[in-house]
Amino acid sequence: MSLFPAPSPSGVSVRPVNDEFHGDLLEISMGPHHPSTHGVFRMQVTLDGETIVKLKPVFGYLHRNHEKLGENTTYLASMPYTDRLDYLNSMTNNWAYAIAVEKLAGQPVPERAEYLRIILAELTRLLNHTCLAGFLLQDSGAMGTPLMYAFREREKILELFEALSGSRMMCNFQRFGGCRVDASPAWLAAAQGVVDAYGSFLDEFEALLTGNEILMARTQGTGVLTPQLAINASVTGPLLRATGVDYDIRKVDAYGLYSRFNFRVPLGAHGDTYDRYMIRILEMRESIKILQQALRELPAGPVMDPKAKLRGFRPKAGEAYGRIEGPKGEIGFYLISDGSPNPYRYRVRPPSFVNLTILEDMCLGQTIADAVIILGSVDIVLGEVDR
Amino acid sequence: METLEQLRDRLLARFPGAEVTLVTNPGAAAQHSLLLGASQAREIACFLRDDPALQLDYCSNVTGIDWPDKEIVETTKTTVPDPAGGPAKVVEQKTKRLQPGYLEAVYHLYSMALKHGPVILRLRTANRTDQANVPSLTPVWRGCEFQEREAFDLFGIVFTGHPDLRRILMWDEFKDFPMRKDYVEPDDYEWEPTPHGGVLEKAAKHYPVAATPPADTPPAPPAPEGKQP
Repeated sequence: MSLFPAPSPSGVSVRPVNDEFHGDLLEISMGPHHPSTHGVFRMQVTLDGETIVKLKPVFGYLHRNHEKLGENTTYLASMPYTDRLDYLNSMTNNWAYAIAVEKLAGQPVPERAEYLRIILAELTRLLNHTCLAGFLLQDSGAMGTPLMYAFREREKILELFEALSGSRMMCNFQRFGGCRVDASPAWLAAAQGVVDAYGSFLDEFEALLTGNEILMARTQGTGVLTPQLAINASVTGPLLRATGVDYDIRKVDAYGLYSRFNFRVPLGAHGDTYDRYMIRILEMRESIKILQQALRELPAGPVMDPKAKLRGFRPKAGEAYGRIEGPKGEIGFYLISDGSPNPYRYRVRPPSFVNLTILEDMCLGQTIADAVIILGSVDIVLGEVDR
Repeated sequence: METLEQLRDRLLARFPGAEVTLVTNPGAAAQHSLLLGASQAREIACFLRDDPALQLDYCSNVTGIDWPDKEIVETTKTTVPDPAGGPAKVVEQKTKRLQPGYLEAVYHLYSMALKHGPVILRLRTANRTDQANVPSLTPVWRGCEFQEREAFDLFGIVFTGHPDLRRILMWDEFKDFPMRKDYVEPDDYEWEPTPHGGVLEKAAKHYPVAATPPADTPPAPPAPEGKQP
């Protein structure tokens, strides 16, 4: 065995670990019930002192073969199951699935429904990024306070979701060709109130955290990801944009009516954990801008295409891949129809599952305490990783 | 971006002897795909990634599809003239043909540099049993690593050249491939008594003694005082 450091794919030099016995290395099984793993996720970590020299993620503890369930039910019956994938972001999961089925069937969507979808997706982005920032701070040792502030704001958005869809988290709101119910003027006024107040909450949150010396010391230079590796490893979402790669599906595909909206895509410069935190804060500020435009310009009209068929829905044989920019990255659905009421193949492209591919590369050469906040900054939900 | 037909012709000119076929998608999405032969698939994938006009540097989605053996019934109609001089008879003849099944790996490629896509690649195995191999594209796109492991785990597609091909969602000792169309769950699956009738029936079949006690069993002793829930 050579004691010379071998370059890892991310460029960090760590000691090579082979399968043979190393008397001075420590193997730790972290999880599946470790509080920092956001669910049941396990990391098999090999440590040289306190430095990580090998890390293998292990998951599947929540596996229920979601894709088989999708093949055994009708297209519409899969819609509530998509809520359970990433249970923080049921509205965007619904939208991604609806977009894939609409592509498969060539189903148009009325304008008001597209606006409502954008409003709900951006509210979901606010709530996901707020929670992520809270959890990230919790993981780095700021016990309680930031997470409680984040959850206080999240609750306001969840109340909006409950008022509209009847459920806080399992919204089951989108349909093929529109939305399930229309938003009342009272709901829109309440949403406007939440959006108007969100900027000052972010100011307060940032005053506590963004310039905080301890946070900067913990996160700057930690878990650096290079743009080349990020692209090659199919990393998407804020994790990718923190490395400086300008790729936002809202801009690239301009799905829905996003081409009408005026917003910027924030980019990071270092690809470290601090950039990943900052990207989320900046994305929330852009989401507020989108929400203000959408609430101001929301047109009147139906929220369901009158020709849309829900019961007895049988798309023609063919296949379609539809994707949107979810809060965690690209969430896509790949569907194959054989003309029957059930999809022949129903595939979810889960962003947090794919983003975990480079977890080891980000953690090599870091300390075990940093692995916790690197995992926190990847932003995973095990309901979606394990499916 | 060039059309898929142009891309196919360019690939065939660049890789003589390679098998590249256009698979059309009849649905409304019209996302057509390229079927690659196994022999030069990795070279073609490298070319797609590095070609300056394409730069498909981002492999978004990798998945498997199971196409089991399919019995195709073909009906042929033949006209038999009546020897007595009456109207000719039409005789229908049905022939059955077994179309062998295969497993398919599908890759959705996009370009982050040039912001176009998708280009869809398909790889097919020779059969579903002993030759379920396709070349792994993980050496070309690192992002395929976990998704190919998932296709191996749930469909049984063996990706040759994958650096770490293990089960990922199911446990290591699991034998079968649950996403295949002919997968049947074992009858002691979820053996615990649950309120679902179907599961109870299965459990009774699998554990006949435990589920239905024989008739000559003495009645259970009364529960001690003070222990009732």
